[in-house]
Amino acid sequence: MPSLPAAAVLPAAALPAAVLEVANAAVRFGEVRALDGVSLAILPGECIGLVGHNGAGKSTIVSVINGGLTPHQGEIFSDGTRLAPYGIGVARSRGVRCVFQELSLCPNLSIIENTRIMHRTLGGFGWRTRAAAIIASSLDAIFPGHGIDVSGPVGALSIAQRQMVEIAMAFSDAGQPPRLVILDEPTSSLDAGLAAQLLAHVRRFVASGGAVILISHMLNEILETASRIVVMKDGKIVAERAAGGFDHAGLVEAMGSAVPHQTAARRNLAATEPVLDLALPKGQPFRACKGEVVGLAGLGGHGQTRMLLALFDHHSPQWWPRRDPAVTFVAGDRRENGIFELWSILKNMTVAALGDLSRRGLVQDAAEAARGAEWKSRIEIRTPDMNNLILSLSGGNQQKVLFARALSTRAPVVLMDDPMRGVDVGTKREVYGMIRAEAEAGRTFVWYSTEMEEMQLCDRVYVFREGAIVAELTGEAISEHNILRASFKAEAA
Amino acid sequence: MKTLLSKPWIWSFVAALSVWLATIGVTGGASTVGLSQAALTFAAFSVLVGIGQMFVITLGPGNIDLSVPATMTLSGTVALKYMDGANSLILHGLLIAIAVGIAVGVLNYALIKALRIPPIIATLSMSFIVQSAAIWTNRGLRIKPPQVLADFTTQTSFGIPNIALLALLISVIAWVLLHRTPYGRWIAAIGQSLPAARMAGIAVDGNRFVTYLLCAILAAVCGYLLACFSGGAALNMGTEYLLMSIAVVVIGGTAVAGGDSNVPGIWGASLFMFLVVSMLNTYGLGAGVRLIMTGAIIITVILLASGRKAATR
Repeated sequence: MPSLPAAAVLPAAALPAAVLEVANAAVRFGEVRALDGVSLAILPGECIGLVGHNGAGKSTIVSVINGGLTPHQGEIFSDGTRLAPYGIGVARSRGVRCVFQELSLCPNLSIIENTRIMHRTLGGFGWRTRAAAIIASSLDAIFPGHGIDVSGPVGALSIAQRQMVEIAMAFSDAGQPPRLVILDEPTSSLDAGLAAQLLAHVRRFVASGGAVILISHMLNEILETASRIVVMKDGKIVAERAAGGFDHAGLVEAMGSAVPHQTAARRNLAATEPVLDLALPKGQPFRACKGEVVGLAGLGGHGQTRMLLALFDHHSPQWWPRRDPAVTFVAGDRRENGIFELWSILKNMTVAALGDLSRRGLVQDAAEAARGAEWKSRIEIRTPDMNNLILSLSGGNQQKVLFARALSTRAPVVLMDDPMRGVDVGTKREVYGMIRAEAEAGRTFVWYSTEMEEMQLCDRVYVFREGAIVAELTGEAISEHNILRASFKAEAA
Repeated sequence: MKTLLSKPWIWSFVAALSVWLATIGVTGGASTVGLSQAALTFAAFSVLVGIGQMFVITLGPGNIDLSVPATMTLSGTVALKYMDGANSLILHGLLIAIAVGIAVGVLNYALIKALRIPPIIATLSMSFIVQSAAIWTNRGLRIKPPQVLADFTTQTSFGIPNIALLALLISVIAWVLLHRTPYGRWIAAIGQSLPAARMAGIAVDGNRFVTYLLCAILAAVCGYLLACFSGGAALNMGTEYLLMSIAVVVIGGTAVAGGDSNVPGIWGASLFMFLVVSMLNTYGLGAGVRLIMTGAIIITVILLASGRKAATR
């Protein structure tokens, strides 16, 4: 990685000091390397398009730049001076502004009051009038004819209007002009007209010397707006060119995985009797057959988890335990909806199968211990004693316990919600093997994953976009290229 | 010894024992038997409602049943009115008390589930309805309980009050339910993490419903026994059991955040709660000082117990 990559884009003579530069930043979350030595310099007058899959590290680098996250390693410079310590306050004083995917306005306050919160310097007598003028002029500049009443509460606005206010807030100037504006999926809730207005404003802002980082899954927006495109993958920058250096196909290619495909023995079972189906509000219906491994692909948050939960709720009892469970679930978010923190490993593992381990209404200790010992060796849970607390295990081993919990039930269908998040490679390999073996024995797996490699292990893949199934891939058609193409808006192709 | 010390319930027994010793120390051992029997009797009533409350608190943050006192009053009033002092109707009276408990439990959970009202509000508003129903049925009457039942609740077997033996039996059943059955595991799971419990395939609504039902039935049975013990139902007979049912659970070492409960602690805490008051009475302190002391002692015990727990984790 060259220390000043932008040199390739701008003539060396006119090279100004970077608005912000991150040098060799590394961030780890447990065993996962979210950022692995990333260097990025943002110069005045350029718009950087940042692309990559979920988990590529885009949000992490953004958090490092806006001061929300302190990297474990690396330095941050602005205008040629090193900033240490660096934090949100320092970032703001340097003119760094951020528009998040998750809207950050207070819905109970008016737009004016939100403006006051955002700009600390706005205090003093008559701040309401000043705040109203500032936010209104910014809105008028970006979205002419927006029709938003700035004295009204944010809660009364539509989601698109909130996004507009949030964007206008980032570009507004209350004595401390914005120099670097980070837009994380800014157009996800805007219609085409508003998106065009925003991108036009981004170009004007950049032309007047401002800097922008634009993150979008709409690749054509990136291609049309950015002056430089940075592609991230697995916490690293894998490609970086001036905008003209990429076309749509080239960009998809660059985002893709360089790991050779591991082709598993795929079987075509789609013709057999379905064991599970669900009609979705739009798009194709979902269905899965006996012994099939069905993948749910697409970008994160496009309806995959929601469909898994709907499937689970539909088949899982709410009032009376079923004798024969129909479905079982492996959670990806262990802390939130997986483990029971006060319990031992054993209790965590057997909780879904207590009915099978009881006789005359009482849980049989011997049967429970035997079940625990069986799965401890089968899935290699690394612990001296299954009666130790679940929190004594590493994340990967906790995830194994969740797999054992699901696989040790008699449920014929296993639903998996991105279960390999934060799991090390060795564990993954072991679990892949178990899934294959169980599927061959007749179990059905419905597997949502953000990792391309895992989709390669499926017999059939549904690709999701905006809450609907937009493509169904089988056999050889399951490739990273096809999944990506279906994941992004077709208009860009 | 070390494993015994790590039990969260041991501290409530330590506290109860020290207060007991402090009291008989002052009286010079004169009223040891009388004090112990009274403590066991009154503790038994707290244990009955405390167990029900403990199951509800096990369900996790926000789960609590504030309709306990009103349920006690209503079941006591209705059952006594129906029995009207007749020994032959004792069993019918018990069934009526249980029916009152079932009705309150069903309505409680219906409010929580169907109207999505937080349990604390749902059970509190239910308690007003139930209390009004008790006032309406009672109308200031004071009916004597059947003689056989009154004798049973006030007498002892082998030197131990019958009520305490009954509470002990119910405690053993509760312990088995909590620690040996799938139901006990399930409510502990729900209390630790409701989404995780749901994703583990536990029938969350069914288990929560049964738990609220159980709590209301225990309160109703306790009200029935208490009315017979005290020679008639009074409209304020449940009042002190609102705080009592929650306090004995907390002092007994059950996690207020849910998911981790124990039955023995309720006994220690119930004995302690009674003995503190009688100790302060023995010392001849005024009502105001007594209440302040009671509060201070309870806070001290909870602090000691929770400090201990944090250290062992």
